[in-house]
Amino acid sequence: MAEFLQQLLNGLSLGAIYALIALGYTMVYGVLRFINFAHSDVFMVGSFIGYYAGKLVPENTIWGGLIVLVISMVGCAILGMTIERLAYRPLRGAATLNVLIAAIGVSLLLEYSGQVFFGAAPRTFPALFPSINFSVGGLVLSTNQLLVIVVTTLLMVALQFIVHRTKIGTAMRAVSLNPKAAQLVGINIDVVISFTFALGSALAAAGGILYALNYPSIDPLMGVMPGLKAFVAAVLGGIGNIPGAALGGLILGVVETFVNGSQWSTYKDAIAFAILIIIMLFRPAGLLGKFTIEKV
Amino acid sequence: MKSSLPFPLSRLGLLAVAALAFAACTRQPDTIKLGHYGSLTGKEAAFGVATRKGVLLAIEEINLKGGVLGHPLEYLVEDVQSKAGESATAVKKLISRDKVVAVIGANASANSLEAAPICQNAKTPMMAISSTNPRVTEVGDYIFRICFIDPFQGAVLGKFAHDSLHAKRVALLTAVNSPYSVGLSDVLRQDFTARGGEIVAEQKYAEGDKDFRAQLTAIRTAKPDVIAATGFYSEAALICIQARALGLDVPIIGGDGWEAPQLIELGGKAVEGTYYSTYFSAENNAPEVRSFVERYRARWGGEVPEAVSALGYDAVYLIVQAMKKIGTTDGPKLRDAIAATKNFPGVTGQTTIDEKRNSTKAAVMLAVKNGRTGFFESVTP
Repeated sequence: MAEFLQQLLNGLSLGAIYALIALGYTMVYGVLRFINFAHSDVFMVGSFIGYYAGKLVPENTIWGGLIVLVISMVGCAILGMTIERLAYRPLRGAATLNVLIAAIGVSLLLEYSGQVFFGAAPRTFPALFPSINFSVGGLVLSTNQLLVIVVTTLLMVALQFIVHRTKIGTAMRAVSLNPKAAQLVGINIDVVISFTFALGSALAAAGGILYALNYPSIDPLMGVMPGLKAFVAAVLGGIGNIPGAALGGLILGVVETFVNGSQWSTYKDAIAFAILIIIMLFRPAGLLGKFTIEKV
Repeated sequence: MKSSLPFPLSRLGLLAVAALAFAACTRQPDTIKLGHYGSLTGKEAAFGVATRKGVLLAIEEINLKGGVLGHPLEYLVEDVQSKAGESATAVKKLISRDKVVAVIGANASANSLEAAPICQNAKTPMMAISSTNPRVTEVGDYIFRICFIDPFQGAVLGKFAHDSLHAKRVALLTAVNSPYSVGLSDVLRQDFTARGGEIVAEQKYAEGDKDFRAQLTAIRTAKPDVIAATGFYSEAALICIQARALGLDVPIIGGDGWEAPQLIELGGKAVEGTYYSTYFSAENNAPEVRSFVERYRARWGGEVPEAVSALGYDAVYLIVQAMKKIGTTDGPKLRDAIAATKNFPGVTGQTTIDEKRNSTKAAVMLAVKNGRTGFFESVTP
């Protein structure tokens, strides 16, 4: 029983990281109907910004950690807006496939430029926040794991608030519904789309820092696998749906952890993706997604 | 260069060179030629250069004591420049032009695999230094290696866990997509159970994984005395961090895949109390190792010998011992004598050549303590 609960806890903390990355995927998709494959690489850049910024502040302090988190989020927000301005805006109005290919191109560009600038060898991420391990009745949880769960919940609530309760959020939803009509009623869609990318990239940066705190070995290709899993989580929960991304992330994390702790650990990715296929067969729009018939 | 010398002087130089060459020609039957090929330049140069220093030290020592069978040894080295294709050419030259009696090298398995068929066809014994790929000695019966092969460390770890750490229950954590890790775990499992121990948990992961909490939680339930993580350092460091976080304070052991400064850099406090096996440690207090380290440092300006330097040194002495035993340098006879080597006392431990022409010898266990790795003990399975 203790093992079961510990595995559940392990799974939830891993799932929270997937959920955090999945939030960025799902939000950009929700507004632009386009999957930003460069998201997982912005995540990587976020943790490298944290790596370099972390050298400037004292380790194991809460304020130092928060400063690094903010620097990394701002840095990635600027990177996200730059990517949108240079790679996606010129393709706006073109077929979705073109933008998708451009996103894959940006993803590869970031990965391999990362290898040039940061080097391919793994780096050791500094311990930004003070970390303590709790042990309650044989269940062990570290403050870093707890931090992931808390930050993911906070960001999810904040995102829901921004999208549904603020002016810019209303504009985002308007652009999502019909960009041309939104423009006609006086919404500057360039600003709205830039803002969406800034927000999504800042989320990726937060994810990158939290991921690196838990798994302190970072390299330029670190985003590939978690990015893929988070994408699956977003689809699983219903892409475009914010609570769905969180739910998908948690399910994926828990399943992966239980498979990993069993004799079939070699098949953990296969099982995770098999679950995705099964859910897609029965609920094509994902667990919380609404199925809409596309008018032709 | 050409024009800077006055005419008579360059003429004199030429004469001197010719005289030397002539002298070398006439002296030729008197020396026993040992060939060495390795990467002295390029990206793998560190290994080749360190090996050369060990080989040269051995040859100089032997010559000071009067050489072998009344003849001094002559050292011929070819640089393969860390490039593919160079090893074959280098060895062809050593064998057909320089007429060496035995070939030493190389470090990288890829280089050894290139050179081995040529040595085999020429019936010239070849002693690979640190090429651990099993295929190297499978090329033919003239190909040997002075290092042990990867899975051999599994037996070392099994004995170490059982005898030195007094473990009864071992948990295995294997990187399933690494043949190195799988081989090590297999041998460790066989050896440890043969010694009466029990493998209480076997967990797997893939290289590049970062989360091992699930596997470690399952291992924790099995209550092992020792955890063996047979993969490489980057995962090993994360495994140690997460194991300690989960309250698993038992010793964690691994093979030479752990040997990298990043292990301590990444693992920090979590890698304290871990052990891993490797070929050689200059900190070993055995008298023969201490004396070798002193001689090496005296010869090479205070440098500390690397594992490959010690292997190169042993390779020369092992071949020379075989020559002395048979009293000739004839290829087939020399091969038989090398193949029959038993308990050769080298600086890397008592070396026996097994039926697959691999060396079995003592391994060295290193321990991580106070943020650095140090010699712990030497283990002969």
